[in-house]
Amino acid sequence: MPSAEPALFAAQALACARGGRLVFEELSFALAPGEALLLRGPNGCGKSSLLRMLAGLLRPAGGRLLWEGEAVAADLPAHHVRLHYVGHGNAIATTLTAEENLAFSTELLGGTGEHLAAALAAFDLESLASSPGRFLSAGQRRRLALARLVAAPRKLWLLDEPGVGLDRASRARLEAAIGAHRAAGGICVLATHGDVAVPDPLVIDFHG
Amino acid sequence: MMRPLLAVLRRDLRLARRRAGETLLGVLFFVLALSLFPFGVGPAPDILARIGGGVIWVLALLSVLLSLDRLWQSDFEDGSLEQLALAAVPLELVVLAKCAAHWLSGGLLLVLVAPLLAVLMAMPAEAMLVLPLTLLLGTPTLTLVGSIGAALLLGARRGGALVALLVLPLYIPVLIFGVSAAEGALMGLGGTAQLLILGAMLLVSAALAPFAAAAALRLALE
Repeated sequence: MPSAEPALFAAQALACARGGRLVFEELSFALAPGEALLLRGPNGCGKSSLLRMLAGLLRPAGGRLLWEGEAVAADLPAHHVRLHYVGHGNAIATTLTAEENLAFSTELLGGTGEHLAAALAAFDLESLASSPGRFLSAGQRRRLALARLVAAPRKLWLLDEPGVGLDRASRARLEAAIGAHRAAGGICVLATHGDVAVPDPLVIDFHG
Repeated sequence: MMRPLLAVLRRDLRLARRRAGETLLGVLFFVLALSLFPFGVGPAPDILARIGGGVIWVLALLSVLLSLDRLWQSDFEDGSLEQLALAAVPLELVVLAKCAAHWLSGGLLLVLVAPLLAVLMAMPAEAMLVLPLTLLLGTPTLTLVGSIGAALLLGARRGGALVALLVLPLYIPVLIFGVSAAEGALMGLGGTAQLLILGAMLLVSAALAPFAAAAALRLALE
C-alpha cells in the first residue's frame, strides 16, 4: 500500500550477520504511521534477527535505521522507549500472579497502570488475574505477554510470531489490538507463519 | 524516573520472598559451613576466636558467589532481560536496582546473622558489632562486582564455575580489607582506615559496575 505520508520508521540497506554467516543484506523498507510490515519466510531465514535489530537489541552488520529521519543508532535509549518487543520468551515470572506480572512490565516500560484493566480485558485475562504464572497454559502466557502492548502504550510494536499457542478467539483479539494500534497511528512489524491476519500490510518475503 | 526502578526493586524482593527456599540457601550455607569449623579445628576458644573473622568473611564471600546465578539467569531465560533493556530507564540503573534487591535478599541476611556466628566462633563481644559492620560495607561490593561476572557468562554452559574463576580475583581486595578491618578493631589497633577503604571500594563499584554489567548484558542479548 503506497502512502503519501512521510515515513516514520525506515530501514536502509540493512544487513545481518550471525556467527560469521550473512543472513540477509540490502533490506530496506519505509513505514508511515498506521502501517504494518509482515515478515514471512521459512525458519531460520532471519525474521527474528531482523526484529531484534529493529528493537535495537542486535547491531546491524550494515545499513541503518531511521525514525522520523533521524538515525536510530545515534540515540538507542530514545528508540528503546518507543517500542514494544514481544519475542519468543514471554517474560513471565512463574511465582508472580498474572496481574503482578503485567503491572510490573507496565511500570518498567513507563506505563502508569491506567490501562491495566483494559489490557487484561483486551486479552480476556480478567479471570486469570490472580493465578500464578506457573499455572498458566502456553496460550495464556502468550496472551499475558501481549497484554503488555495495550497496558503500556508505545508507538512501535515488534512482534515475533505473536500467534503461537493462541486459539482462534485470542488471535481475533490480537488482530483487533493491532488494528486499534494502527488506527491510532502506531506501527506494527510482525513475523508470522500466516496465523495472524493483518489488513493491507507491506510484506517482506525471506528466502531460506 | 523512579517508578520503573522501584518496580524492579519491588518485583525482585517479592520474587525472593516467594522463592524463600532458594533465597535462604545462601544464609543456610553460611551458617552450616561455619558450624563445621568448631568440629574441624577443635573447640579450643582461642583458636576459634583467632580464625573467626577470616572464616566468617570467606564464607560470606562464597555465599554471595553461590547466589550470583539467580541474579540474571532466570530473567535471561524467560525473556525478561529484553524487557529490562527496553525499560523507561537506562539499563545501568536497572542493574543497580537489581543488585540492590539481590543484596537486600542475600547480603543483608548475612550481615544480620553474623553476630550469632561471632558467638559461635567464641569471638570477643565487640566482634558482634565490628564484624557485621565490615560485612555491611563489603557484601554490597561483592554483589556489584559479581553482577559483572554473572552478566558476562550469561548463556555459557557451566557458567557457575566460570563465574567463580572470573570474580574471585576481584573479591580478594574486599576480603583482605574486610578481615583486616575486623581484626584491627578487635585487637585494639583500630580498623578505621580499612573501613574507609571498604567504603571507597563500595562507592567505586557502585559507580562503575552498573556500566560494565549493562554492557555485558547487552552483549548477551545480541
